[in-house]
Amino acid sequence: MSFDFSVVWSYSQLLLTGLLWTIFITVLAGSISILLGIVIATTTLYGSRIASLPMRGIIFLFMGTPLLLQLYLLYYGLSQVGIMLPAFWTGVIGLGLHYAAYNADIFQASLKAVDPGQMEAARSLGFSRGATRRYFIIPQAVLTALPQVGNNSIILLKDTAVLSVLGISELVLDAQRAISETYRPFEFYFTAALLYYVVNLAMEFMLSIAGRKTEEIR
Amino acid sequence: MDFQLMGQILPFMAEASLLTVSLTVYSLVIGLFVAMIVAMGRFSSVKPIRWVATAYVSIMRGTPLLVQLFIIFFGGPQFGLDLKPFSAGVLTMGLNIGAYMSEGIKGSIIAVDKGQTEASRSLGFGRFDTMRLFIFPQAAALMIRSLGVNTVILAKSTALVSTIGVVELTYSAQRFVTSTYKPFEVFAVAGAAYIVIVGAILLTVRGLEHLFDAHRKAAA
Repeated sequence: MSFDFSVVWSYSQLLLTGLLWTIFITVLAGSISILLGIVIATTTLYGSRIASLPMRGIIFLFMGTPLLLQLYLLYYGLSQVGIMLPAFWTGVIGLGLHYAAYNADIFQASLKAVDPGQMEAARSLGFSRGATRRYFIIPQAVLTALPQVGNNSIILLKDTAVLSVLGISELVLDAQRAISETYRPFEFYFTAALLYYVVNLAMEFMLSIAGRKTEEIR
Repeated sequence: MDFQLMGQILPFMAEASLLTVSLTVYSLVIGLFVAMIVAMGRFSSVKPIRWVATAYVSIMRGTPLLVQLFIIFFGGPQFGLDLKPFSAGVLTMGLNIGAYMSEGIKGSIIAVDKGQTEASRSLGFGRFDTMRLFIFPQAAALMIRSLGVNTVILAKSTALVSTIGVVELTYSAQRFVTSTYKPFEVFAVAGAAYIVIVGAILLTVRGLEHLFDAHRKAAA
């Protein structure tokens, strides 16, 4: 048994850069997953059957197959049909699409949970069906969905590690670069795990504050 | 779509999916074992045991599975743990999903009426016997769904083991793509295989729930 964590210090800049990319990817993919999740949920519930059926199928496929497989499909498939996208964006979009399906599932449930009395009240005040949804139903549903969507974002943070497989620079790939020079896998992967854990705790903390704030609004 | 190619790779993918299934089953067995121990640890009357169990769940759920896998597979030899890719994968996934499953077990034990414990304890049963004979059997029906959801997550996460060279579904699919340049056909077959596996898990969960419900109704 021989561990030498002192070597990790000389690579601290590389690891911190990797961590910043990980956070950046989490924010980008997280935003895509939330916005697209809302779009998918509202289309499946309010849209015509022609639009909603394929959406339901897509949710099912995204939730029933591994993220890595979906990333590979996007990675190899896009270039096959002639779309040349940098690996970084392929990864961000793949991750965003995957979690959009999970978020859509949550938004669907919270949209259905909004009291039907809200629709009746707004309609009797003269708001159209669409306006009622936009100004009253969807904002309330987004608020109720927040804790679970936040949880998904924390899971998404951890899944950004999978992007290293596509050669996208983030924490794991930078750790691997350091390992290829030092041959110290345990020290670097352990440090990477520690950094993920700190970000994870920070996100949980922010989520609990946001949860308290939304309780006040309601 | 090249359906002929899909037909050609089908037998190979079927074989690879057997490996995915066995990865899932072995990890599930380890995971359930870990989950039981951790869940019991969280109800322990000894404070340090509770702390260790809580820390375990927090750390395993707070770090990426892929990094855990790399720590055990690539870092393991540094502390004398030299495992084959398959064993490293099964061990990591079992330890990881065990933390998630312990939460479901804990939740369903809490959900059992407190009066059950009080009644059993006042009849002279010890803490362990109360748990074993009365609380756990009632909690079992409640935990099926969350254990099932975690098993689905587990089955999908076996894809990560392809990164350390286990030739399961995702690894095979990737190899066929690089040799045929037909990503849509190959990944469609692999995706369908995962859907079948996930579907089988969901059906089993539904069956188990039905079974336990029937028992509860018979008892009532």
